[in-house]
Amino acid sequence: MTSTPSAAARPSAPARPGRRALFVRLRDVALVAGAFGAILGTTLLARADTALLNVSYDPTREFYKDVNQAFAAEWKAATGETVVIRASHGGSGKQARSVIDGLDADVVTLALAADIDAIARETKKIPADWQKRLAHNSSPYTSTILFLVKKGNPKGIKNWDDLIKPGVEVITPNPKTSGGARWNYLGAWAWAAKEYKGDDAKIRAYIADLFKHVPVLDTGARGATTTFAQRGLGDVLLAWENEAYLVFDEFGADKFDIVVPPYSILAEPPVSLVDGNVDTKGTRKQAEAYLAFLYSKAGQTLAAKHHYRPAEPAGVDKALLDRFPKLELVTIDDPVFGGWAKAQPFHFGDGGTFDQLYKPK
Amino acid sequence: MSIATSSGRGGAGRRRLVHGVLPGFGLAMGWTVVWLSLIVLFPLVALAVKASGLGFGGFVKLLQDARVQAALELSFGAALIAALVNAVFGVLVAWVLTRYRFPGRALIDAAVDLPFALPTAVAGITLAALFAKTGWIGGLLAPLGIEVAYTRLGVVVALIFVGLPFVVRTVQPLLADLDREVEEAAATLGASRLTTVFRVLLPPLVPSILTGFTLAFARGVGEYGSIVFIAGNMPYLTEIAPLLIVIKLEEFDWVGATGIACVMLAISFSLLLVINLIQAHANRRS
Amino acid sequence: MATDQTFPLDPPRPRALPVPPPIGETVVARWTLVAIAGLFLALVLVLPIAGVFTEGLRKGIWAYFKSFGDPDALASIQLTLLVAVISVPANLVFGVAASWAITKFDFPGKSLLITLIDLPFSVSPVVSGLVFVLLFGAQGLFGPFLAAHGLKVIFAVPGLVLATIFVTFPFVARELIPLMEAQGAADEEAALTLGASGWTIFRRVTLPNIKWGLLYGVLLCNARAMGEFGAVSVVSGHIRGLTNTMPLQVEILYNEYDFVGAFAMASILAGLALITLVLKTFLEWRFGDELAANRRH
Repeated sequence: MTSTPSAAARPSAPARPGRRALFVRLRDVALVAGAFGAILGTTLLARADTALLNVSYDPTREFYKDVNQAFAAEWKAATGETVVIRASHGGSGKQARSVIDGLDADVVTLALAADIDAIARETKKIPADWQKRLAHNSSPYTSTILFLVKKGNPKGIKNWDDLIKPGVEVITPNPKTSGGARWNYLGAWAWAAKEYKGDDAKIRAYIADLFKHVPVLDTGARGATTTFAQRGLGDVLLAWENEAYLVFDEFGADKFDIVVPPYSILAEPPVSLVDGNVDTKGTRKQAEAYLAFLYSKAGQTLAAKHHYRPAEPAGVDKALLDRFPKLELVTIDDPVFGGWAKAQPFHFGDGGTFDQLYKPK
Repeated sequence: MSIATSSGRGGAGRRRLVHGVLPGFGLAMGWTVVWLSLIVLFPLVALAVKASGLGFGGFVKLLQDARVQAALELSFGAALIAALVNAVFGVLVAWVLTRYRFPGRALIDAAVDLPFALPTAVAGITLAALFAKTGWIGGLLAPLGIEVAYTRLGVVVALIFVGLPFVVRTVQPLLADLDREVEEAAATLGASRLTTVFRVLLPPLVPSILTGFTLAFARGVGEYGSIVFIAGNMPYLTEIAPLLIVIKLEEFDWVGATGIACVMLAISFSLLLVINLIQAHANRRS
Repeated sequence: MATDQTFPLDPPRPRALPVPPPIGETVVARWTLVAIAGLFLALVLVLPIAGVFTEGLRKGIWAYFKSFGDPDALASIQLTLLVAVISVPANLVFGVAASWAITKFDFPGKSLLITLIDLPFSVSPVVSGLVFVLLFGAQGLFGPFLAAHGLKVIFAVPGLVLATIFVTFPFVARELIPLMEAQGAADEEAALTLGASGWTIFRRVTLPNIKWGLLYGVLLCNARAMGEFGAVSVVSGHIRGLTNTMPLQVEILYNEYDFVGAFAMASILAGLALITLVLKTFLEWRFGDELAANRRH
């Protein structure tokens, strides 16, 4: 490079006005930026008033949006206190990890009991027997796994064994990264266990065959839904019941059909108070009322509206209840699985049945 | 962060090893080292400490795991291919943008940074939509039997997208700075245009091309957000190493996750160091 | 290089930048190169971005703008700006200091230092978030200390800033190093012999020389700071209206099947390119005469 010593020949000479102006301008920019930052900072702080934080999983967004509004109104009417409920949504496992790492949730409403177990185990902020504290295994609502197919069901999919017919492509997310996908997997396993009368080799062969029909493993349930509904990939989507109906509403009922298999799994997404956090924040009263609200008539009706099966359907409008298709449901506590504590490591742990499917022979 | 200010003169004691007459080495070096330690080294040491829970045997087992190997191969291989593509086309784009006037140049010049500004997830979703069998480009390629989305090729495409700005933006300022007299001299001396380009113009650009290549490569190795949407995420096939880390985390296996992270870090570090040493060597010779 | 000369020997050519090449390719070769570059960019850059805007505008311009009225969306824009306003200057100062030390002096271990600066790029965003969780999370090294003093780093603004600084760490430094390396230290040394102080040298000699590199570095750094998703996602906690940055808000909207809202938000980030354009045009206009002078000396 050629250099021009003249460049600095007059270091003490008056700076060119233009360049000085640039520096003045830069200083101004810095000042403005600083002031801006300060304002932002204070607004953010001002917003952090007493509030409940509900850390939940992905498909409950719409449901809890309504619940939060309804509860805030009810609480205001009953006590005169304004309570703001903040929501955080994400993959169930990731959300549990955030709470473990210090996200100060007042209540957790996750997809799997195993995730709340992990919080209890790692932080001691929740007692180990949390699931016994609230009715119905701490699950105010339940769901199941159904099939979503293209309009008219061109591949004639009726039951789990139709999923492994030649030429059928199945969309389901990765059970390792998605809570919903674990229910899908267990649903298939439950059907196979019943169909093949507990013959382990045949069950595994069916599951292995099923996942050969899966062209892409999205990391989350909503990602898989988009792959199927918007991108038009695959012939059948294994989905939460409420998700399947949501797709109906969002993407148009003229494009898809819901297929109800005769046999599926009863998914119980549990809720819990995070005792350690509410006691630090002094929000126990509100948080307990929030969870109780989920079991109330209003809460159960909202659940049914969003296609979650209410645990206490007694007070819920019959028209809402009639929308739920009837099918035989098996729970995670069935001997086939033996509860989450056993099923989780057996199927989805490192080297579990799911990992074995992909092991090269 | 303000703690760092007071220790700004940390490097002053090393003057004898340092060559250079300009002032400010102590301040500049001190700040560099302090900031680097606080933001980068310290957190990475914490990572290594966590991973050390694996023990030596655990690391060996991790490295021998076929699935981990396949994922590492994919992450590093795809990053390498994408960085090479970007090195070639990045220089071309930088050249065109600095040397020629054509309609829309300013707009394209500004748009080069977009792969950074777009959240990686958006990039991934959009690319998957474009390259899926039902998308604009995927639909054109499907009859030719080329599948991009949900294959390894999809990973490369995503990485080309996220790495594009690096090469363009490192080469561009140098290209703008390049002395045209040298070119003129070469032309006057009868060198053909091609000779001038390859013998006169390109050599001074090599360090910056290499820098851009290195950065694009490094970025590609760790990329997660855009790839998981376009890769299909099939174990042994289209599963990238960062996804394996996420999977380990989902199993609440912090130690295993940090273990894979450390292995990736060690490989990247060695590769980057080799490239930077080559570059330092080249700089010294010129 | 940059000069203080105010009276160029021939009249300045302010707008034509760079000077039409006296030497160069034939018209055919030139257009072929432009075409190849254009095709490449169309494929990997323009089409994806067009896709973003198409999705954002799918339900018309009204729906597009309506999606910004949401208080959570506004909060996320504020938060993103706040994070960028803190992290970009931090990395700017670091980048200038590091490249000054690295390019103007010779010392052992230089390649190692550069490699360490590069390192954050090769760290997966997932991990860059994780390292701060390991340090400041409730189970982390400083977790008990922070909890005892009621301080929050993770799942609050400080965590978002730290993660952003980490992922954008190398940008300014790496942009400047090759440029300053190529320029050498001769200009500065000349200024030194003429008695200029260190700060004056930097301000009057170095800064004008590196301003383009600096600009690109800052632009890249800013773009990435605002667009970062993975690392921020790990330390954010995803609390609506509180710790969601724009990229996280995009994810939320997308996951709510609000594609218009998601892509509208993403398109604002794409709109950063327009700011780039304005800034560059401004600088070219402001320093145009000086650049023209540079090119001719």
